[in-house]
Amino acid sequence: MFLTAAPPAHPQGATFSSIERGRYLASAGDCQSCHTNEGGAPYAGGRPIPTPFGTIYSTNITPDSATGIGKWSDEDFYKAMHAGIRRDGKHLYPAFPYPWFTSATADDVRAIKAFLDTLTPVRQANKPADLPWPLSAREVMSGWNTLYFHEGTFKADTKKSDVWNRGAYLVQGLGHCGACHTPTNALGAPKTDAMLKGGDFGEHWYAPNLGGDLKRGLGAWSTADIVEYLKTGSNAKSASGGPMAEVVKNSTQYLSDADLNAIAVYLKDLPADKPGADSASKTVDSQRMAHGEAIYVDNCTGCHMENGAGIAKIFPSLKASSGVQAEMPDTVIHIVLAGARTPATSGKPTSFAMPAFDRKLNDDEVADVVNYIRNAWGNHGSPTSADAVSKIRKAVTQGVE
Amino acid sequence: MATRLKPVDVVLVGFGWTGSILAQELTDAGLQVLAIERGKFRDTVPDFATTHIQDELKYAVRNALFEEPARETLTFRNSSAETALPMRHLGSFNPASGVGGAGVHWNGQNWRFLPSDFVQRSHIEERYGKKFIPEDMTIQDWGVTYNELEPYYDKWEYMCGISGEAGNIRGKLQSGGNPFEGARARGYPLPPLKRSYATAIFDKAAREAGFKPFPCAAANTSQPYKNPYGVQMGQCTYCGYCEWFACGNYSKSSPQTTILPVLLKKDNFAYRTLCDVTRVNKDSSGKRATGVTYVDVQGREFEQPAELVILCAFAQHNVHLLLLSGIGAPYDPKTNGGVVGRNYAYQITSSVDVFLNENVNPFMGAGALGQAIDEFNGDNFDHAPHKFIGGGYIALWTTGGRPILQQHGLPDGTPKWGSDWKKARHENYLRSASIATHGSVMSYRDSYLDLDPTYRDVYGNPLLRLTFDFHDNEHKMSKFLTDKAALIGKAMKPRSIKVNYREGHYSILPYETTHNTGGAAMGTDPKTSVVNRYLQCWDMPNVFVMGASVFPQNAGYNPTGTVGALTFWAADAIRNRYMKNPGQLIHT
Repeated sequence: MFLTAAPPAHPQGATFSSIERGRYLASAGDCQSCHTNEGGAPYAGGRPIPTPFGTIYSTNITPDSATGIGKWSDEDFYKAMHAGIRRDGKHLYPAFPYPWFTSATADDVRAIKAFLDTLTPVRQANKPADLPWPLSAREVMSGWNTLYFHEGTFKADTKKSDVWNRGAYLVQGLGHCGACHTPTNALGAPKTDAMLKGGDFGEHWYAPNLGGDLKRGLGAWSTADIVEYLKTGSNAKSASGGPMAEVVKNSTQYLSDADLNAIAVYLKDLPADKPGADSASKTVDSQRMAHGEAIYVDNCTGCHMENGAGIAKIFPSLKASSGVQAEMPDTVIHIVLAGARTPATSGKPTSFAMPAFDRKLNDDEVADVVNYIRNAWGNHGSPTSADAVSKIRKAVTQGVE
Repeated sequence: MATRLKPVDVVLVGFGWTGSILAQELTDAGLQVLAIERGKFRDTVPDFATTHIQDELKYAVRNALFEEPARETLTFRNSSAETALPMRHLGSFNPASGVGGAGVHWNGQNWRFLPSDFVQRSHIEERYGKKFIPEDMTIQDWGVTYNELEPYYDKWEYMCGISGEAGNIRGKLQSGGNPFEGARARGYPLPPLKRSYATAIFDKAAREAGFKPFPCAAANTSQPYKNPYGVQMGQCTYCGYCEWFACGNYSKSSPQTTILPVLLKKDNFAYRTLCDVTRVNKDSSGKRATGVTYVDVQGREFEQPAELVILCAFAQHNVHLLLLSGIGAPYDPKTNGGVVGRNYAYQITSSVDVFLNENVNPFMGAGALGQAIDEFNGDNFDHAPHKFIGGGYIALWTTGGRPILQQHGLPDGTPKWGSDWKKARHENYLRSASIATHGSVMSYRDSYLDLDPTYRDVYGNPLLRLTFDFHDNEHKMSKFLTDKAALIGKAMKPRSIKVNYREGHYSILPYETTHNTGGAAMGTDPKTSVVNRYLQCWDMPNVFVMGASVFPQNAGYNPTGTVGALTFWAADAIRNRYMKNPGQLIHT
């Protein structure tokens, strides 16, 4: 045993503090959520990422030399994060959020690489993307980048505070909040004039508006509300479910209070929509509303209460909820059909769950109760239909009615 | 041939309340803990999903959450002169199967025993003389006092988020609470549940009759709650589906709603479900346990070595396993020698149906929404003129108004069927309530558990045999309590009342309470107890026994609060005494 050299405690050149900083920044970037397949080894990739164009599979970012990023230099890694170009010179698809990661500093990116280098290498080959031609040819991304990609490290706004700038750096960069919370155009590029105004995540989840709107945004939330939500998964106004629950579980619960506060300060400074931009002008038929209310009273009041206010920090309020009143009703329909679960965090270890109602309520009933929830207690949301519910049912449940 | 598994520090037989508390406490102490459970894993969602759990046919009638007699049962007889027969249906009590144990389907009626309950024999002898205790009554002191247990009652109540009104804080009586309770260090973590109208009528009547009624303490949350582990609970919705049901709203205390969210995340904890433990294994000296043998759902046999074996199953099952494993001398009623199986006890209940003039909406209830008086419990009154020992509380519970099994009785003279029955039901559903008495049962030489000589289970092991009947002492006491309940019933100014005394032999069929106790009694003398005051086996110091099986006799209260307190007390002894110096903690 004296003859074998002990393996280095961490990769050469990296210090303990840069590795720990990298671990923290990898949490901020929520790398683990996408780069881990269900039931698979962390960071070994293979998770299917559905896009409107086809399915892309996340890659192995453990330091395995054959299938992971073991052979990648710091520069290779920075090029991927900053410019969306992988080690072999080919383009990455923006399902990997390099349009946001580009603004991370080289130093931060190096720290993330130093952390990833400490992971146990997992030999697991990457799966090719399942995209139709011409998207299957990665060269087309060069044209997409020319049109929509703005390479460049974050530049502080000197008119704003350091706290605001730290929040902006995290939200616009590693946090890549806009990847879900910003509407996209037909080619999947974020609409730059509607940053963080809410976006279609896909899979029938709608990521709500993070702007200052009272109804649909964070206008009614204090910075403390935002910090508590990101730290623990819920606050007195709402609770996370679906993909956001995963973000809280794998990412934001690990951020420092100072960073969460910075994010909150930045988000609270986002403007509200101009009045009149409300697209939900159609109202729901009063008979359907009455039917929806009856279903609500029978099935939902036990937790969400008759007045829709829920129980603070336990059962989310539906009244005045931005998620409930979002532009698309998909999240509400999704949760009614398939249920939802708040993340178990160290601050709130209980993972509260809502049961699935797909086996109990038919498409008409789901549509009625969703329309009721989106338009009761002062809420306002565009009406949905049994047909829309039926489509979502097929996608998110076993399809049994 | 059993497959030998990797050793662990602690193996827990059963993963209900006591197993969950011990797992949480002992993993905190750094031990590697494994719980083995015969039933399935269950959680609020999807297993107890609200709007699905309120299914009386599935749960109350078809017993979906209970032990299945087809898989495990016991034989029963009233006296040793009879031949015991195996029970194909259980009725008088309903043990659970599955993670969370009966903590999933209980009402949440939470009590502390009286200080005098823990020194039952010495207290009675001191106050009434030795002769006051009948010769065949085998009651004894617990070996632990109320004051010693008080901090652990407190721990249990704050873990559960109990809703209630304190009656005695540090010796100072509190208005509105139970003036007879032992002194507590502080009040309950949550205020009492909202009162039902029927409990308000009871309260007024009891006051007029000269008693001091109080809201019963409930493991149903009156408000949202976060316990010291950080685990959160919702707020009770008064849906009326607690007893025999699980809670779909995170508002009844159970292992799932108070411990498992933190316990299941620990690296040094694991559990295995659908596994029947068949033996506690011993080393060649016979003085030390080496682990347990269990059979999984595929019939494969495993040997799980462990440094410490803790029995956390339902009361009778702990005793069954001790008997099958040959730990401690089996009790012999002929010689009054031996200890395992000795001092089995139960409870004696009765009721007074009250037919009121007012609508009281029974369907809006909670498992522990009740108003009680405690004047006639334990030794809260002078027993000398009555010539019996024990007592019980008298309470009006509004637990729900389910359509199939939860209908109160109908006035005397009502036909059992037909249009007049329907009419009476219609007239009385909203306008009736029932006052319950919840009486103690002492232990006796002829009430015990042993191995059945005839009937065997699926593994070829003898079934447990229960020999039990009510004694004169209990009948006298129950009649006394029922008459007091009728007094309050009349003071409620009803149209009529119907008094249902508990008479005759004990029957194992109609439901009474799942409050079976004893068989592995605790005490100060190894000749009359299986475990010492720390719930450690006298004969095998690395085996501990939890739960109501250690009660030397039964008190006039629901036992779960005391089971919880004893578990925290034992956990403390294991952490702070046994782990420092493994071995027998008490030397006689």
